[in-house]
Amino acid sequence: MLNRFMQSRLRGLMVLTLILLVLPAFLSNPFHYELATQIAIIAATVVGLNLLVGFAGQISLGHAGFFGLGAYFTGIATGTYGWPSVPALLVGAAVVGIIAWVVGRPILRLKGHYLSMATLAVGFIIAIILNNERAITGGPDGMPVPAFEVFGWELSSFGAYSLFGLEISGVQAWYMFASAVLLVAVWFALNLIESPIGRALRSVHGSEVAASVVGVNTAKYKSLVFVISAIYASLMGGLYAHFQGFITPAVASFEFSILFITMVVLGGMGSTFGVILGAVVLKLLPQVLADFQELETVMFGLILMLTMIFMPKGLLPTLTAVVSKRMRKKAGGEA
Amino acid sequence: MLAEFLQYLFTGITIGATYALIALGFTLIYNASHVINFAQGEFLMIGGMATVSLTAMGVPMVLAVVLAVILAGVLGIALQRLAIAPAKQADVVTLIIITIGASIFIRGIAQVVWGKQYHVMQNFSTNEPIEVFGAVLNSQSLWVLGIGAIMVVGLVLFFTKTLIGKAILATSMNKEAARLVGIRTQMVLMLAFMVSALLGSVAGIVVAPITFTSYDIGIILGLKGFVAAAIGGLGSGVGAVVGGLALGIVEAMAAGYISSDYKDAVAFSMILLVLFFMPRGLFGAKVVERV
Repeated sequence: MLNRFMQSRLRGLMVLTLILLVLPAFLSNPFHYELATQIAIIAATVVGLNLLVGFAGQISLGHAGFFGLGAYFTGIATGTYGWPSVPALLVGAAVVGIIAWVVGRPILRLKGHYLSMATLAVGFIIAIILNNERAITGGPDGMPVPAFEVFGWELSSFGAYSLFGLEISGVQAWYMFASAVLLVAVWFALNLIESPIGRALRSVHGSEVAASVVGVNTAKYKSLVFVISAIYASLMGGLYAHFQGFITPAVASFEFSILFITMVVLGGMGSTFGVILGAVVLKLLPQVLADFQELETVMFGLILMLTMIFMPKGLLPTLTAVVSKRMRKKAGGEA
Repeated sequence: MLAEFLQYLFTGITIGATYALIALGFTLIYNASHVINFAQGEFLMIGGMATVSLTAMGVPMVLAVVLAVILAGVLGIALQRLAIAPAKQADVVTLIIITIGASIFIRGIAQVVWGKQYHVMQNFSTNEPIEVFGAVLNSQSLWVLGIGAIMVVGLVLFFTKTLIGKAILATSMNKEAARLVGIRTQMVLMLAFMVSALLGSVAGIVVAPITFTSYDIGIILGLKGFVAAAIGGLGSGVGAVVGGLALGIVEAMAAGYISSDYKDAVAFSMILLVLFFMPRGLFGAKVVERV
């Protein structure tokens, strides 16, 4: 059993690695690379959020708040105070983790609608602070963020690099970096899910009362996964800030939070690869709908509703269920 | 000193009455179906925008209001029939996303029909402000309060005196039992969405002359109404009204005495405080969870 789990975990990661390796063959211009990089960063955020929503069953409608905090911490530390990027990201993640822990303890006692409201409020308060503290954040106009920098080596979307003798552009370099980050994020999440912590989380999802009866410290695990998902968001927010080179409070907005949670639900709660698919679909949708111009928002809302009504389990779980049913039918027919 | 205080109080009560009406809409739908309708704010927007554009086309004010309210009511029914009812077994998160999808959809249509600009609506009666102890009161505020009060009283009578109202209450308490005594619960759910849409659109119409209206006002007004409902305790009618007024007043006071930049943060801090110390809101039912 365990062996099979290990295998399936590796298989998923290998498929994802393969896709990320082959994808550049289909990316024909810098804009495609930019989009792919954004998707990778956001997908990693959503993989973190899925640990909370999909596995522990705790909704968060304010996750963009943590993403935004990470983005602004990195932006301010590197831009205003000249820190190198990696310490900025790590210290930012630690600070956001602590904030999430302090806020999470009382919030996570709430359930369902109440929890969703509380997380929504936290996200909103963060966004309002980022909007109003103009002296530090630049207010609604936003602030510039320097290029990602490690030991004096800079990773900039505008730069040019040579890798094993190959000339690659800044966006291509960023794509590779973001892909690697996504793989690590997925690998960590998959391992966490299969660890004793992951089992405890799933027991909380199943029935919190039953979990506590068999001795699971539900409050501790819920806070822990809340903090972990906030750290994911913070780190990715920091990378996003570096990649974009400019941030506005929109990164912490309610709309962004909704986008994150929708990616989780659309892709399939509790399915790590499903939520990545959710991120891909929802990030590409506006590009596809751009042809409809005025109707873009209408179509977006409509697609959201229809998928949720007809595929409440999410895209990937529904698709795999359909495929395996077909295969079983086929096998049954032959026997 | 007093004038200043009164000024903030009037502003707070006026906007608070609007929040209360939105919160009542949330409460109604929540009670009947345990759905949090994130599209509630869009009913307000539709009410205000439809009235503005109908009057601009030369339709008399009263008729425009009636048509706008009917439009919102139809929208409420459509929302329940086409989006909520088909997703029968969906869990809370999925239902939340469905109503969010619906709100994006409605907003998108409004943007196509009415554009992105702000629309101005005339006061119902005079534009002359009324002076009370040195504070200035917009005459429209009286309309908001009067109509708000009528709606609340009407709603109370509807639930206590009419058979349909009692059927909604029965359904909210126990759907199975209600069905057993012959209540058509699907009908009731539809009605709940319709009445909630009517409430929302009326709130949107009466407040439009004060706050202006545009295709995207539904998001923030809807969320404030949601906060008000939660402060009062989801599902409590009295709570919705008290929560709405309290939110409006605290917000106006904070904007006046502290900082208008942080006006919106007040609402969201308030809900956190209430939830921390009273996890089921001010008037929420004490629910014993059975395993």
